[in-house]
Amino acid sequence: MSEEKKEIINSLKETGFYKPGKIYDRGKVIAGIVVFIIVAAFPFFYNAGKAAKMPEPKLDTPVIRQLPEAERVCVLPKQEMRENHMVLLDEWRDQVVREGNREYTGYTGKKYTISLQNTCMECHSNYEEFCNECHQYTVQTPACWGCHIQKPKEWAG
Amino acid sequence: MKTVEEKTATIDRRRFLKITGVSTIVGLLGGWKFVELLAPGELEAKYLPKAGALTAKRWAMLIDMKKLTDETAGKCIKTCHRLHNIPDVGDPKREIKWIWLERFENAFPGDEHDHMPESVEEGRFFVMCNHCDNPPCVRVCPTKATWQRDDGIIMMDQHRCIGCRYCMAACPFGARSFNWGDYRPLIKDKNPEYPTREKGVVEKCNFCAERLAKGLIPACVEESEGAMVFGDLMDSRSELRKIMRERYTIRRKPYLGTSPQVYYVV
Repeated sequence: MSEEKKEIINSLKETGFYKPGKIYDRGKVIAGIVVFIIVAAFPFFYNAGKAAKMPEPKLDTPVIRQLPEAERVCVLPKQEMRENHMVLLDEWRDQVVREGNREYTGYTGKKYTISLQNTCMECHSNYEEFCNECHQYTVQTPACWGCHIQKPKEWAG
Repeated sequence: MKTVEEKTATIDRRRFLKITGVSTIVGLLGGWKFVELLAPGELEAKYLPKAGALTAKRWAMLIDMKKLTDETAGKCIKTCHRLHNIPDVGDPKREIKWIWLERFENAFPGDEHDHMPESVEEGRFFVMCNHCDNPPCVRVCPTKATWQRDDGIIMMDQHRCIGCRYCMAACPFGARSFNWGDYRPLIKDKNPEYPTREKGVVEKCNFCAERLAKGLIPACVEESEGAMVFGDLMDSRSELRKIMRERYTIRRKPYLGTSPQVYYVV
């Protein structure tokens, strides 16, 4: 430290207002910090040891039940749908709205009409137990349902 | 002792045949890839238009006001509203309109005068999106949410609309409506096969693009009992062109240069 700085600090000490190493209102400050840590970390303590239930999307709908075992397949293999259905839906949207292509050939070679509301929801008519199951677990709120109808069959009036 | 030929030849017949044989095989293997490339692949076959979809070079509509009665017009409007989940808002400032009736002087401003036939003076004219050839709404859309298809239809992509309403300001026909709120509860006749709209997007008549894709003509034309004709303007043998050759047709506000594609027999 330069002589000049030492001089300034010494003069400050003489005034009585500058006390290096001292925390004013020590008790209150430390108590405040402790309270803050407890409040901020509360969710961690509260949920400690409790794992959220694994999502189990249900396939038990009337349409799927009626299908023979061998035909219970989606447009793409199960794992691919699980991981990338949103990418597929994005593609479907552009193909229908922009290109006017409304027919999709699934991986089994079967042809499907491209429609979230009419094709997807035809088999997966259980929005709460199918879509919502994982979306809630992963905190996703897709904007699809602002316009597309979750349960077309029940919606008609 | 080698002959002169054997000494001067850089390659003998046997070696030559071996090399050409091997290169032919390699060439064929490589060439097979070329054949595979030409064969129809997964990509192009995955997405296709539906078989039987109606297509045209330029879709257009003709409305014969002499044949259209108020009763049929009401039926057309009702069917359109039911099929497209159009809410009944009530408030004319906030309502959604795809197809509606307008007085002559409002539909064709500038063409009216004091001595028109009573049918024109008192009649109500069917108006909707004109699917213009030179659409001002498309020009101003900042997100390309509205655009002109190759067949002339002005489409809306509700997914991309940000609700800026430039298109509404640009359209000289008032054909576009804005969703001021969540109108889903206001839909009376529901069609579970068609989506609804969210708050904050613009919508309008789409010439029943979703029906054309299934091979059906627009719903209003189907309900109009012959008063409306839908067809390909570029096909000189279409019924549309046949009527247009025989009857004098007018368009709304042609002087604005948007080239509307809904023609009227008055």
